[in-house]
Amino acid sequence: MSEVTVARVGDQGMVLLRGEITALDGVLGAVGLPVPEPRRIGRGGGRAVAWMSPDEALVLCPADEARDVAARMTEAAGDAFVTVADVSDARAVFDLRGPWADEALAKLTPADLAAVEEDEMRRSRLAQVAGAFWREEGGWRIVCFRSVGTYVHDLLDNAVAGGPLAPA
Amino acid sequence: MTARLPRGGRRIDRSRSVEFSFDGKPMRGFVGDTLASALLGRGQQVMGRSFKYHRPRSVVAAGPEEPNALMGIGTGARFEPNRRATVQELYDGLEARSQNAWPSLGFDVGRVNDWVSPLFPAGFYYKTFLAPRVAWKHLFEPVIRKAAGLGAAPEGADGDRYEQAYAHCDLLVAGGGIAGLAAALAAGARGERVIVMEQSAHWGGRAPTDAGEIDGMAPDAWVEDAVARLGGMDSVTLRLRCQVAGVYDHGYVLANEGLTDHRADKAGPRERLWRIRTKKVVAATGALERPLSFAGNDVPGVMLASAVRDYVDLWGVSPGDRTVIVTNNDDAYLTAKVLVRAGLSVPAIIDARPAPDSAVVREVKALGVAVHAGRGIAKVLGRDKVAGVAICLIDGEGAVLQEIKCDCVAMSGGWSPVVHLWSHCGGKLTWDADRAMFVPDLDRPPLGADGVGFVACAGAASGAMTTGAALRDAHAAAGGEGEAPQAEDEAFDLEPVWQMPRGAPHKLRSKAWLDYQNDVKVSDVRLAAQEGFESVEHTKRYTTLGMATDQGKLSNINGLAILADSLGEPIPQVGTTTFRPPWTPVTIGTLAGEARGDLFQPLRRTPLHDWHEAHGAHWEPVGQWRRPYCYLRDGETPEQAVHREVLATRNGLGLLDASTLGKILVRGPDAERFVDMLYTNKVSTLKPGACRYGLMCDENGFLIDDGVAARIDEQTFLCHTTTGGADRIHGWMEDWLQCEWWDWKVHAVNLTEQFAQIAVVGPHARTVLERLGEMDVSKEALPFMRWAEGEIAGIPARVFRISFSGELSYEVAVPASRGLELWEALHREGADLGATAYGTECLHVMRAEKGFIMIGDETDGTVVPQDLGLDWAISKKKDDFLGKRGQERTHLSDPDRWKLVGLETLDGSVIEDGAYIPDAGRNANGQWNVQGRVTSTYHSPTLGKGIAMGLLRHGPKRMGEVVKLTRIGKEPVEARVVSPVFYDPEGERQDV
Amino acid sequence: MLILRCPVCGVDACETELAPGGEAHLERFGPGSSDEAFEGYLFVRANPKGVHLERWRHAMGCGKWFLAARDTATMEVLGTYGAQTEAPPADIQSKIEEASR
Repeated sequence: MSEVTVARVGDQGMVLLRGEITALDGVLGAVGLPVPEPRRIGRGGGRAVAWMSPDEALVLCPADEARDVAARMTEAAGDAFVTVADVSDARAVFDLRGPWADEALAKLTPADLAAVEEDEMRRSRLAQVAGAFWREEGGWRIVCFRSVGTYVHDLLDNAVAGGPLAPA
Repeated sequence: MTARLPRGGRRIDRSRSVEFSFDGKPMRGFVGDTLASALLGRGQQVMGRSFKYHRPRSVVAAGPEEPNALMGIGTGARFEPNRRATVQELYDGLEARSQNAWPSLGFDVGRVNDWVSPLFPAGFYYKTFLAPRVAWKHLFEPVIRKAAGLGAAPEGADGDRYEQAYAHCDLLVAGGGIAGLAAALAAGARGERVIVMEQSAHWGGRAPTDAGEIDGMAPDAWVEDAVARLGGMDSVTLRLRCQVAGVYDHGYVLANEGLTDHRADKAGPRERLWRIRTKKVVAATGALERPLSFAGNDVPGVMLASAVRDYVDLWGVSPGDRTVIVTNNDDAYLTAKVLVRAGLSVPAIIDARPAPDSAVVREVKALGVAVHAGRGIAKVLGRDKVAGVAICLIDGEGAVLQEIKCDCVAMSGGWSPVVHLWSHCGGKLTWDADRAMFVPDLDRPPLGADGVGFVACAGAASGAMTTGAALRDAHAAAGGEGEAPQAEDEAFDLEPVWQMPRGAPHKLRSKAWLDYQNDVKVSDVRLAAQEGFESVEHTKRYTTLGMATDQGKLSNINGLAILADSLGEPIPQVGTTTFRPPWTPVTIGTLAGEARGDLFQPLRRTPLHDWHEAHGAHWEPVGQWRRPYCYLRDGETPEQAVHREVLATRNGLGLLDASTLGKILVRGPDAERFVDMLYTNKVSTLKPGACRYGLMCDENGFLIDDGVAARIDEQTFLCHTTTGGADRIHGWMEDWLQCEWWDWKVHAVNLTEQFAQIAVVGPHARTVLERLGEMDVSKEALPFMRWAEGEIAGIPARVFRISFSGELSYEVAVPASRGLELWEALHREGADLGATAYGTECLHVMRAEKGFIMIGDETDGTVVPQDLGLDWAISKKKDDFLGKRGQERTHLSDPDRWKLVGLETLDGSVIEDGAYIPDAGRNANGQWNVQGRVTSTYHSPTLGKGIAMGLLRHGPKRMGEVVKLTRIGKEPVEARVVSPVFYDPEGERQDV
Repeated sequence: MLILRCPVCGVDACETELAPGGEAHLERFGPGSSDEAFEGYLFVRANPKGVHLERWRHAMGCGKWFLAARDTATMEVLGTYGAQTEAPPADIQSKIEEASR
């Protein structure tokens, strides 16, 4: 029954980018990334970029690249009204994997998971805190704020311990 | 006597017995039994005592509408009161206890209430216990609480776990009877996402017992086939033991699914709360049979006609050897058929109608059953169980024509569609006079987000009372294409009878029950009407009709019909009480779901949390954060620990985890303009590399947050907020940027959690940082109120020369993941300097010694900065800032406002938290006049005495004056008004 | 329990993902304004039974504020629109007029 697993991910780097997203092609291009469509994740060069809002994007990269990625984007931005901030340490990241991972996540979020597209980042609620998640390798990658990382970890463990939702 | 029949019972498996106990007595039933059917099968007819009169009661119904057979199930941490025996599935080891009986179910001293029942009319609480007031607490209330009421509350924590889950669908079907299944088939065929929830453990509802052929199949075979077809549809989910409890705005539905209550193995969650978003709801919730109101209709052995046939047909239980059926409609004749088929005797059918003559009536007559038309029951014979009935003319006053011996009475007053789910979210009802029932008013449905009705009733719930009509109705309700399942339309003739006989005198009315659970009788509702309770909602509360766990499932329509009759008004004019969720009670644990214990609420942890935990942290909740109040060493009290931490910091080196402080990056070409609007002082004039303390106010002018702003570069500020203010102030900034000044080019980025921030405080602060290298933190390179970037102990860091303690102090911000590394390095390198971790209380004491205000202590949402002597931090030059206009109001510039002062008791004692400073005289309410209050009060280890801050009328002009401060339960204490800065008023220690 | 479509990111957000912000289209009055104007800005609200123009923040989502035209009696949502405007867009305006007729 517990073939669904919860694992904390330690190596997910994140760089926040503020600025009119449609005008960020140069900044994102500097690290090999496209401008993402609304709510979607764009990929390139082993990295990814998520659309967060019309003036915000989140670059996902290996943790040890984050400083360098931030620096390159800052340089590419030049004088433009763009803000770059390394937020890798402000987040906790989890992988929820397994055949009924959707059911475990459905215990925590009001989002309609069936409606979440393959390359979509859904920002929503995980029980009592904000969270974001997207599909990755037979499950979900889940992000929340660092301070509530233990809470979310416990939530996920608890959801998995309760078993699948399929009618008996 | 009730007994198990030798054969029959479509739900039980006679080859598998189940052991359980009732009031400690071991009993046996079968797999498939409910607790009620098993008890009846064992001849245990009495299952509880009534609420007020303690009359013996047995089951009336066979489903969730049962008002009487409420029991405590389980023991210890798994005990739960008020569970209906009629829906509790039997399992091995089940322990059930009767309720509201003392000392025992068989002999209950409370029964004395019944013999003097004329003393307990409607509203008797209000009438009887008026005075004296003191008697309420010591006499009336304890006695009433013991005598009245339902089951006992469980003791201790709930031993079960619960969970919640969200679901989304196009169509939610509530109810798995044939109507629900037909609706699901219709929608499922179109590939819609459909969820079907059935409260019981069985599909098909009443059809297997009551219906004829459907699509040429026996009803149970059709149900099995329909469930199999639905099971084969990927987009359809079927759930049994899952009650749709409530329907809310915009297609939000709550349902609770029972997971372990029906089985001995209690592993896993006990219940699951479903939080569903659906485009449409089909409420195929059936109908409830109504009792008839005749004298003695609550005597054990009087049951609903449908329940009688359920016990026989579903569980092979005989409710009695001789059953008299009393009815005003055709439907009850089905009961006669079932009883006769089971070999039981039906001595008479008493039918209120003058000339019943439908197919089913003729069929039953042909079985040899005598039908007494135009008759009613005058009263039930027998006190603790049915011994017979006395028959009278239905339209007379109850003169007895004949007595018939029997041990069971099966009654049917017609059916009420279960319109609860239609009504929960505002759907209106209309009265169908021909069939005496409220049905959904299709012109006034509950509306969804698009302004279109989103709930449809289907089948019996919408008033389609025959098999064929129910299937057609359900098919249509789900927008079905093609033919609906086909079935016959049985006779459904009915003539309303609200009181039996119609001319019953008070003597009979006062023994004719409307609401079994709350002991409300026909006479009570008549009395309420007579006393002027014209509104059905008022009558409900006055008489308690339809209250408690039952909520009037059986009594609602009968009660309001009596009220309407008493008032001489038509039923639709009197209307019905409002149906509110839940349909049947939902246990609190299910609503709480996973939110208990460690998951009760999110706990925010700093990057150093585990270190604090391992080093004796005495935690303090600060919002959702946990911060160390102090660190307890061997045998220390918190007071001793705070004392130690203050002295260690003032004399050596203190280390504080300040990571919770808000850190908001404000950046862009218009950042200067923006910070000047946010802060009351001018922040735009800061030079890069410099820091300034600033205040933020709301538009009322009241102080909402404070902190240090640091200028990073021409376009960038880093705004520090209070711990509680980080998210709030960030949201505040976003509000102004998005909704008011959307053309300003500013980004506000909340970086609070990216950094661990450590305050390095005390005379040795510089020494320890120099030991860690590489940054120059000398007075020259990094003077007071400046910041610099570099590396500390090899970690990239921003170092701020700011002080909230009055000591030499640095706040060092590093990436959160490296916070612990820095913290431990500081302790290691500072060990010989006396490095001491300190908590929030030490921080508070030190800031109070310095007269620094604390948001939430000195402020309470009604305090302006000027009250706190912070006029220096309010720009006179700026044309505008948030709160400026508010502060211009006369009340806020009133010279009589209370203002900040320091307070020192004459005897050195510590002033009580929240103490007031009384003034001469009393106000109009006879209360002391007040001229001020304490906002912060501590023992100062540094000064060896109590210190306090407070707000006092004309305070700053009253230095040296002695005022009195209240103490709880003691005489006031005298204190001198002094400057709020108790320690190092020149600020020499921090600027070294 | 409302569902409002966030016009910024397009998500149909549940009420628990949103934070309410009161009446929309208030005009800010600052220093120099009359007491009446300031009182109106700070305290006086329409509170209608009927269509209400109101502020919501997609707090557990894209973080953006948006505005909604919602009937407080029927819960019907006539539309949601961006916060950077001083009046509802024409299509919502005509729906409001239709609803109040």
